[in-house]
Amino acid sequence: MAKKSIITVKNLVKNYGDFNAVKGISFEVYEGEIFGLLGPNGAGKTTTLEIIETLREKTSGEITVDGFNIDTDAGSIKKRIGVQLQAAGYYPNLNLSELIELFSGLYGIQRSPLEMLKKVALTDKAKAKYKELSGGQKQRFSIATTLINNPRIVFLDEPTTGLDPQARRNLWDLIREIRDQGTTVVITTHYMDEAEVLCDRVAFVDGGNIIGVDTPDNFIDKLVASGFERPKEVKLASLEDVFINMTGKEWRAE
Amino acid sequence: MNQEYSNFKATLAIAKASFRSIVRSPSSVVFTLLFPLIFILVFGFISGGGVISVDVGVAKTNDTLNPVYQALKKVSIVKLIHDQTPEQMQSNLQKGTIDAIINIQKNTVAPYFTANIEYSKASGEKENILRSALNNIFYEINAHIPNGPPPVAEIKETTISGREYKTIDFILPGQLGFALLSTGVFGTAFVFLSLRITLVIKRFFATPVKRYSIVIGEAIARISFALIGALFIILIGKFAFGFTLVHGAVTVLNMLLLSLIGVVVFMGFGFVVSGIAKNESTVPPIANMITLPQFLLSGTFFSINVFPAWLQPISRALPLTYLNDALRKVAFEGASLMDVSHQVLVMLIWGVVIYTVAVKTFKWE
Repeated sequence: MAKKSIITVKNLVKNYGDFNAVKGISFEVYEGEIFGLLGPNGAGKTTTLEIIETLREKTSGEITVDGFNIDTDAGSIKKRIGVQLQAAGYYPNLNLSELIELFSGLYGIQRSPLEMLKKVALTDKAKAKYKELSGGQKQRFSIATTLINNPRIVFLDEPTTGLDPQARRNLWDLIREIRDQGTTVVITTHYMDEAEVLCDRVAFVDGGNIIGVDTPDNFIDKLVASGFERPKEVKLASLEDVFINMTGKEWRAE
Repeated sequence: MNQEYSNFKATLAIAKASFRSIVRSPSSVVFTLLFPLIFILVFGFISGGGVISVDVGVAKTNDTLNPVYQALKKVSIVKLIHDQTPEQMQSNLQKGTIDAIINIQKNTVAPYFTANIEYSKASGEKENILRSALNNIFYEINAHIPNGPPPVAEIKETTISGREYKTIDFILPGQLGFALLSTGVFGTAFVFLSLRITLVIKRFFATPVKRYSIVIGEAIARISFALIGALFIILIGKFAFGFTLVHGAVTVLNMLLLSLIGVVVFMGFGFVVSGIAKNESTVPPIANMITLPQFLLSGTFFSINVFPAWLQPISRALPLTYLNDALRKVAFEGASLMDVSHQVLVMLIWGVVIYTVAVKTFKWE
């Protein structure tokens, strides 16, 4: 099956003064996949993401998002993407319904707040303030705000950082659901277990360079083929499996 | 998806969200409504205390060489005013901004001096203060002429009817002006700083909204809130304290228009503060540097006429001085906006200056 690319990044460079945060990276994201940008903190993941999201100026390079050039059509791109920022806050003193209403206005469309909150299972929190939510609920609400404009692509910057195992699994399900409805998802994370089970393809970013793009399975197969072996015999379950087994998969109101 | 994107709708969405947020924020309610009302209440009840001076207009035809006038000059609480035309004096006497007009005539036969005094009902207690001061002077002059039963001087008094100038008529416009200053400076500074720091603005930028929509939406919300607050203060003043509104609803409307100009200018200071401040704890010191001097020097509590001469030019440079002045003229003297065009012009000049600075200092992220 020929994959159609929805985001193309060519030779992207971003310098902050003398510091080269992104050093000429190129990659493609295919339509309908969950694409992971993986790498340690400070690798340039967020910078790359924010340039694609039209939030940051690039130094050089070419980017097309859903057929629109980022230099000439940033406005059209903004209408077609949904963005979740790392650690972004929301307008103070408003409840979730009112925030959805605000974002609908920003996109110039009418959306029913309850319908949006239903997508992320937060209808019972419609009258709650953002800061009263638990970590998992906050992330799910953030994702709800990215879906208001029926975007072609959503960008999620470390959505699972700081969440407990149940909330994390719950969020994975939500992200898969979004993909299954035809939306492309670009996600950053530094949890490899997460990328392995969630992402269709991943790119490794380190020191401002992309050092590999492939499916998680291909990466693992290649490594194994090269003669790699884990130093210890692999256990048949992990401690996380034990935790989930003992406390249940059900996501709970924290 | 393909329908035309509306900046207007986006602006209104921000205005609505911002207004909701302001109404729910305790600090904005306290600054805009509670503080002014507390001050009005306090000053409304301790009114009348502490007469500072009796302002006496001296008629052009007054004989300044006579002993009565010379003695009056030495009375410290009496302030003699020469620099007004007869028409201004009459109108000021009606309004109570001067307390009496004196015109001492020299006669060829006894009594050699006649002091014509015109009081106004608007002068209130000050009439009695001036009267007793004059009585003292006359008593001394008449007693010191050795041979004379016929008195050398006499007093002729008349009282015109004037509008009573109540404490509330002075205090309310000052408090209103200060409330507009606070909400304009603090409110604007805090909201833009916190939206910037908490990345709310950055998140907005990921939507198609235009920058000017964000600024205008916020401004609409803040201005609406400030004007509703102003109306509330004026109505409480009117019905609870008898605040004078010469032309009724028209006066209220004029006051609200002045408030609008005022709050727009003051918001300019707020934009500057939000650009300069690094974090939320540096907002109050910087904002206070702007609001406190105006609070003290712009005639919020005392007429700037009682300040020492060297301080008055500073007072006359501050925008709040002109807003307070214009509000008082409109409310108590029934001035039209044309009559206060000088005050409005000074505020507009401040507006141009401060927005020029704001454009240079404002930060989006």
